[in-house]
Amino acid sequence: MALLQISEPGLSTAPHQHRLAVGIDLGTTNSLVATVRNGISVVLNDEHGRAMLPSVVRYTADGSVVVGESAQAAQSDDPGNTIVSVKRFMGRGLSDVGDISRLPYRFVETLSTDPVRPHGMVQLRTIAGVKSPVEISAEILKVLRARAEASLGGELVGAVITVPAYFDDAQRQATKDAAQLAGINVLRLLNEPTAAAIAYGLDNASEGVYAVYDLGGGTFDISILRLSRGVFEVLAANGDSALGGDDFDQRIYCWILEKNQLFAPEARDARLLLTLARTAKEQLTEHNETHITAVLSTGVLIDNVLTQAEFEAMSHNLIQRTLQPLRRALRDAKLSVEDVKGVVMVGGATRMPQVQHAVGEFFGQTPLTNLDPDKVVALGAAIQANLLAGNQSRDDWLLLDVIPLSLGLETVGGLAEKIIPRNSTIPTARAQEFTTYKDGQTAMSLHVVQGERELVKDCRSLARFELRGIPPMVAGAARIRVTFQVDADGLLNVAAREMTSGVEAAIVVKPSYGLSDSEITRMLQDSNQHAKDDMQARAMREQETEANQLLEAVQHAVEEDKALLEPAQREHIETQMTALRAALQSADHLIIKRAITALNEATVSFAQARMDKSVTRALSGKKLSDLEFK
Amino acid sequence: MPSSDFNFQKNHFQRFGLPQSFKLDTAQLELAFRALQAQVHPDKSAHLSDVEQRLAMQRSTLVNEAYQTLKSPIKRGRYLLSLQGVDTQEETNTAMPVDFLMVQMEWREAVADAVQRRDVAALEQQEARMKSSARELEAELAVKIDTEHDFEVAAQLVRKLRFMEKLAEEIHSAYDEIDN
Repeated sequence: MALLQISEPGLSTAPHQHRLAVGIDLGTTNSLVATVRNGISVVLNDEHGRAMLPSVVRYTADGSVVVGESAQAAQSDDPGNTIVSVKRFMGRGLSDVGDISRLPYRFVETLSTDPVRPHGMVQLRTIAGVKSPVEISAEILKVLRARAEASLGGELVGAVITVPAYFDDAQRQATKDAAQLAGINVLRLLNEPTAAAIAYGLDNASEGVYAVYDLGGGTFDISILRLSRGVFEVLAANGDSALGGDDFDQRIYCWILEKNQLFAPEARDARLLLTLARTAKEQLTEHNETHITAVLSTGVLIDNVLTQAEFEAMSHNLIQRTLQPLRRALRDAKLSVEDVKGVVMVGGATRMPQVQHAVGEFFGQTPLTNLDPDKVVALGAAIQANLLAGNQSRDDWLLLDVIPLSLGLETVGGLAEKIIPRNSTIPTARAQEFTTYKDGQTAMSLHVVQGERELVKDCRSLARFELRGIPPMVAGAARIRVTFQVDADGLLNVAAREMTSGVEAAIVVKPSYGLSDSEITRMLQDSNQHAKDDMQARAMREQETEANQLLEAVQHAVEEDKALLEPAQREHIETQMTALRAALQSADHLIIKRAITALNEATVSFAQARMDKSVTRALSGKKLSDLEFK
Repeated sequence: MPSSDFNFQKNHFQRFGLPQSFKLDTAQLELAFRALQAQVHPDKSAHLSDVEQRLAMQRSTLVNEAYQTLKSPIKRGRYLLSLQGVDTQEETNTAMPVDFLMVQMEWREAVADAVQRRDVAALEQQEARMKSSARELEAELAVKIDTEHDFEVAAQLVRKLRFMEKLAEEIHSAYDEIDN
């Protein structure tokens, strides 16, 4: 709810109680959960003392779901039902996935009937039914949540979930949906390199410009940050959300196929060889050469020796692909290599000597590796979660992050008009006016895109929506004001309004590849995580408080600024208020939450109008001499 | 910060407690920005209700907007003129001195040439030329706005700076193009 004057601060639990909050690194290859205990950030281990949970989910015939080590152990035997690197499919359509013939999965492209979401996120057919990447990721998150609650002895207030800095809106939304599905309250989506910088910066009390080079299992990020007196300011982020350690494994895998004249091995053998490829890669971190041996299901014997030099040669252009985003990030930050005081290495793939060498050469200095590159993101996320949960009373810090990719709209001729440029500090909002193209045009279709390219077809399509009921006018006379708002999670909201008539349309952009609210509601109902009565009761109280607070605030605002409301709009708000009052009687916190969201959404443009009013009031018709100086 | 303490109606200069002039102490702006963001940023209210979080987002958005506007000379100039009720007419007023346009065309060709020859040094040279010319225009803008209060001429200077800004954007994407 976007009302401007609220007198009561939000009600929450007792002020001095330590709230249980965790940081979760939802990685392509491995996932971790960490928390701040006695002022120190620590990774939480499972009952066998293992910190890393392999991001592998296996669906079995009896309906049970296996996550982690045991799923990983089964991947060669049951490749079709054992999903690895699901992060690569988050917020992605089939056409984004690339060469699917290399993957052992049965992909399903769902065509959503919702016009707002023309393309579905890719889904996978398993023995337990069709699963979306969001559902699969939620299984990983559920395990981490259970681990954290067992370890901390209580229910979590919330979690900070990390995402690659270069994730676009669809990928971020998918991640947030997965957390919601796992019953986790998301305190913030935090960019992985930024999380690493927090762990490093607070540890070393650093000042100056730092570069974070984060090569994970499936994603590459580069962030340039300035650290000074408790402020972490991201100056620029760049990357490649489809490049990571997996690609190095793939190079070795192809090399094995070529060496042994193998073509299109069956899924089981392919999985086995990929596992061997990964082991070989890890071996070459410490050794100059490694043996690769296996017996395939066809009886073929594999016995090869791979040297560090050969591996370097075959992975050379992968490393080169990371240097281009690096140069771009520096240019966007208006800095040169000499300005960078330190380079932090993050992600298991940065253990490869050739990566460290290339990065060291680029920056002319030895990269920092004193924190475990596999754990540093989770450790930083935990520190931020502790702050966001309200546990950090003194010595707090400020994080100013950016949006990695420009957001824009399609204009005539299939061109993308940028509304919010990349590397804008978030939260941010920008409004732009557009006009009609034809005489008498009464509707306008808005197509929201993300990316740097000039043509819409080269950008990512985020959402389409329509503004109808524009009064017929000559071409170019209508004034359609489109407002983009990006929140602190890097997620986008779009609203459009025809200025001469007041016709409006608004949308929460979680579309093309996201899940609709009803889909999430269904999944939530399916999930037994929400069956616990005590949790229900607590959630009820929270939702009731929030609902009453909101009703009061809206009532107050409507009374105060009636003039800003069209009759239809006012009616809509009142309908939603009535619906929320009715929902309060339902004793179901999910229903109340939906009603709260609906009322919030119904008041977005009203709140915008109130904000516009106060801004215009400040600027209109005043002369320099009339303004007070403070 | 308590909800009632944030005034949405302040102009960007008042927001940071800075004098309303083109001449600006950027170090002071940055300090004021950080101090204010430290109070209003959504991270400070992540543990509070949705209502508080939405409010924080709006406040923080406004503070970011104010900072970006004042930090950039062309945006600052445009904003100061808008406070005077002067529209800079960057989309509609295309009347420009011929010699200025000639130089612009020449520079644009130089950028296109550099891309074709994949000549980073030439691009850097052109960027330096453009920047120094922008600095001169900004110095002139300061005089027109702060001292002479000649807002019509100031608007023309903003229009010229817009040319520079577009060229800067072109040079920026030219680097990317050469890099590809």
